[in-house]
Amino acid sequence: MSVLVYTENWDGKFKKATWELISYGKAIAEQLGVPVFALTIGDVADDQLNELGKYGAEKVYHVKGEKVSKFVAASYTHAISEVAKQVGAKVVMFDHNFTGRSLAPRLAVRLDAGTVSGVVALPSSYEPFVVKRSVYSGKAFVEMQIDSEVKILSLMPNSYKVSENPIPISIEAIDLDIADELLKAVPVRVEKIEGKIPLTEAEIIVSAGRGMKASDNWGMIEELASILGAGLACSRPVSDEGWRGHDEHVGQTGKLVHPNLYFAIGISGAIQHLAGVNSSKVMVAINNDVEAPFFEAAHYGIVGDAFEIVPKLIEAVKEFKAAQ
Amino acid sequence: MKVLLAVSHVPDTTSKIRFVNKDSEFDKTDIQYIISPFDELALTRLLQIKEQIGGMHITAVTVGGADVDPTIRKALAIGADDAVRVDAEPTDALFVARQIAEVFKNGEFDFVMTGKESIDFTGNQVGEMVAEFLNIPSVASAASLELNGNIATIIREIDGGKEVIETPMPFVTSGQKGIAKEPRIPNMRGIMMARKKPLNVVPAVEQAAHTKVVKFTMPESRGACKMIDADNPAELIRLLHEEAKVL
Repeated sequence: MSVLVYTENWDGKFKKATWELISYGKAIAEQLGVPVFALTIGDVADDQLNELGKYGAEKVYHVKGEKVSKFVAASYTHAISEVAKQVGAKVVMFDHNFTGRSLAPRLAVRLDAGTVSGVVALPSSYEPFVVKRSVYSGKAFVEMQIDSEVKILSLMPNSYKVSENPIPISIEAIDLDIADELLKAVPVRVEKIEGKIPLTEAEIIVSAGRGMKASDNWGMIEELASILGAGLACSRPVSDEGWRGHDEHVGQTGKLVHPNLYFAIGISGAIQHLAGVNSSKVMVAINNDVEAPFFEAAHYGIVGDAFEIVPKLIEAVKEFKAAQ
Repeated sequence: MKVLLAVSHVPDTTSKIRFVNKDSEFDKTDIQYIISPFDELALTRLLQIKEQIGGMHITAVTVGGADVDPTIRKALAIGADDAVRVDAEPTDALFVARQIAEVFKNGEFDFVMTGKESIDFTGNQVGEMVAEFLNIPSVASAASLELNGNIATIIREIDGGKEVIETPMPFVTSGQKGIAKEPRIPNMRGIMMARKKPLNVVPAVEQAAHTKVVKFTMPESRGACKMIDADNPAELIRLLHEEAKVL
């Protein structure tokens, strides 16, 4: 019996979200009295795999080869399912990112398991097994009970603290036969945006709205995000106007985000926008309209002209960073 | 070509959220229900494709009691050709996905489309589960869908970029922002026609739910917004560092 953590890699590297997930898995495994195993698919060097031991993984199952060189939901599900059965996984966990959202539900069907996506804390109870997630656009939380023998979770990034728990780790290469039947929806092209922090995992997000008046004015927003190491986002009218790409739209019909810190610059704070950002730990609103609804939701606010405030804010952040 | 579009019945975004029965159930009193916006975007994209290539039949499917009929009629008013309602309380995603998979099996459909998530539970689960029940390919978080004969080209958003995926039919895809720009709004003719379009009610197949709600809780209230002088953003940075501890 074990807890099995699917550790996704990005061009052979793990990220902070991976360490969060292993740390979370380790805490659950301790409660269940079982070891934590990791599973990774694709080319990853052994020294990177060994890093997983730092957070408590006893063993990593490494599936590689031509057939798994590209992400295909059906074939990856098959691989994870085979390993989960082999190691008697009681709990299988994923990051709640684009990959986890594809794999966790498919695996739930495969293993006839209950699954809860986007969990934000350790289980509040193990017998029965109860986990917490956000619902109704961040307006409430729900505690969900999973009754099946195998339980599948996806963990919201930024919701569990990384904790080191070093143990020696062993690596086991797994050779799997994957039927061509499972390799139908294959990526023919992958386009990566370099240097941009994905919103799903960003710890800080700088978001701007219609108050910026035109796409040409985004230079200062980009600069602020860059010096903060933040992800860039926007409100719906901005992406609808084509000032920024749809991938940056946060809100009810865009992305739901959950950073530690969210800057809303020139965003009035319509309920549909707040629905996507409500789960942020701390929100800062900068708006020239003191009546903007965002000030009701925000923790900190500045009333004034963004075109004057943002450059000053950039200077303040630079000074802060220099003093650190 | 026959397409199965799964739609969910959700409270409008502006709804005041309350719970009853010791906080274990959502209070439906005075709640305005809508089609989940991502399902509407998916339907909009299908209608655009239908207008381009012709010969497409769109069946909207949902799982619920008779109270969801107005929602599925709205899908008909926007442009779906007919509808199926699986007559059962949607207990969990696994249960719902199984029902949709059964409707697919009974209808000679070419592919399944849905929104990436319902806006109430935002689970991102049903589409992918349907695919696994049917043992067919799936592409989640589709930001674009084009059809070329029997092949679909789908752009899927990934963390830090996008993938262009080609898949043969049948498949399941779930649409997100970008799949269509604005959802279509039903016009008067559509609303009139929707009343005459078939809405078939079918019984559910047996499928155990493996998850259930224990209780709902409300987030801690956040207190008043602390206002900072516009001439002193350095004070904001200090507070974010020392007080909020997020910098």
